[in-house]
Amino acid sequence: MMKLEAIIQPSRFESVKDALREVGIEGMTVTEVRGHGRQKGHTEVYRGREYTVDLLPKIKLEMVLPDKLVNTVVDTILKTAKTGKIGDGKIFISRVEEAIRIRNEERGESAL
Amino acid sequence: MKLAVLCCWFAIGLFLLALPLSAQQTPAASSPATASSAPHSEVSKEVSDKLAQLDQRVTAAQAAGDNAWMLTSAALVLMMTGPGLALFYGGLVRRKNTLAIMMQSFAMMGLISVLWALVGYSLAFGGDGPVIGNFSHAFLRGVGMDPNVDYAGTIPHLTFMIYQMMFAVITPALITGATAERMKFSGTVLFMTLWFFIVYAPLAHMVWGKGGFLNAAGGRFPCLDFAGGTVVHISSGVSALVCALYMGKRIGFPKQPMPPHSLVLSFIGACLLWVGWFGFNAGSALAANGLAASAFVATHLGAAAAAIGWSVAEWFKNGKASALGAISGAVAGLVAITPAAGFVRPMPAMVIGLAAGVLCYFMVTRVKALFGYDDALDAFGVHGAGGTIGALLTGVFAQQIVNPIFGPNNPVGGRDGHWAQVGNQLVGVLIAWGFALVGTIVILKITDLVTGFRANEEQEMDGLDISQHGEEAYYLES
Repeated sequence: MMKLEAIIQPSRFESVKDALREVGIEGMTVTEVRGHGRQKGHTEVYRGREYTVDLLPKIKLEMVLPDKLVNTVVDTILKTAKTGKIGDGKIFISRVEEAIRIRNEERGESAL
Repeated sequence: MKLAVLCCWFAIGLFLLALPLSAQQTPAASSPATASSAPHSEVSKEVSDKLAQLDQRVTAAQAAGDNAWMLTSAALVLMMTGPGLALFYGGLVRRKNTLAIMMQSFAMMGLISVLWALVGYSLAFGGDGPVIGNFSHAFLRGVGMDPNVDYAGTIPHLTFMIYQMMFAVITPALITGATAERMKFSGTVLFMTLWFFIVYAPLAHMVWGKGGFLNAAGGRFPCLDFAGGTVVHISSGVSALVCALYMGKRIGFPKQPMPPHSLVLSFIGACLLWVGWFGFNAGSALAANGLAASAFVATHLGAAAAAIGWSVAEWFKNGKASALGAISGAVAGLVAITPAAGFVRPMPAMVIGLAAGVLCYFMVTRVKALFGYDDALDAFGVHGAGGTIGALLTGVFAQQIVNPIFGPNNPVGGRDGHWAQVGNQLVGVLIAWGFALVGTIVILKITDLVTGFRANEEQEMDGLDISQHGEEAYYLES
């Protein structure tokens, strides 16, 4: 089992979600987050006072996947989340030790 | 034979002639006393009665129209404080201080209204002293449904009193823009009470009160102030600056970003201010007449031109015209046109608005940054600066054709060739500045000794909503 975290542009979220559903992904957790990588923020001016907003809104997708699905999902996200500009985000993949479905205590991949 | 026929015809002729005569004489004979003069005087009495009745009806109709407009205007001016100013300021502060700043405006609707009825009205509009009124109308004694001919001869005295009350309510509320996010509530209540008595009431009397030495109608220095450029905007704006300097900057200013928490609220507030201002300025004609229409038009065009002025200046400097800039400009224009509204024609009104929009933009962006004072919501930059430029330009553009305040055919302002009026305006401006400056320093000292003025560091960090009022504007967990 692998955990995949993808931080993407909010504007690409709907397309990514739809594309993931098409390749058979049934569950995901989505969070609205703020952050920045290499992308610089923007400035806002209120009555002459400038504020640099460097923490920008992003969407974080989290999903835990059976090993065999990981490549498909990564390809799908790369294809749909990319705009080609700085600030498109990142994907992090890590190994997951165990998954437990709370309702019936199923364990392992069948709990996903 | 021939003679007999002739006599017969003669008799018939006489009889016919006598008929109408006798018919006419019959009623006259029944009232011989009035026989000769009655028809003429009866008609003239009837006519003069009718005329008197008509006169009364015209006066009553005018009074009804004037009263309807003035009561509406009073309500419009109240709407400027709440919700207008409360929303405008409320949106500009950080989320944790929203209720506190709104409450500071709302508290004036309670506090100043009561003080006005008790003695404030009398101190501003009672008597005929040069500096301050007297106690003749204390507790609203003698303020009833009959007009007060010294000020407004066609509306009930009560209407005049409540209309002026709304001005007294909004003026101290304007100051809270400078002290936003750090003034404690007890200090606010004490400061505003003292400020109302020491600064507002005397200044209102000097400029508008009978016998006031700055009164345009017969004062020592006739200062034109149609709706409150000196009394309302310079007084509050200058006092706001003094307060901001005295109390110091907000913690974290100017390094920490403090952007407005909701420009949507500010936007709604500014639009309500604009509408309410028609009551403020056009209502200052104190009647539903042509002068009110003239002031209404001048007010609207002043605001519109100022919104454009600020936006264009900002567009040049920043490359963008912001919503906050446009609404701030409109408010600056409304401030500047306030003293001029009932004296200037539409085109000069636009010039005044445009000048105020550009000037106030530079006041809040450049001048404030240069001196580094923390006038949090720009009460001085907009009201102090806008009120000053408006008061001076009133002297330039006031015209006898709009308002012959110095008597028929006497020139009023520079446009009429009476440039000395600019000097009178300057005197009014300087006195308003000096009076607000000195008065506010004294009041601040007293307030600091009694209740304190500024919230402590912990209260300020927690936000005034929680620390001063024990509540939150947005309870996001519920």
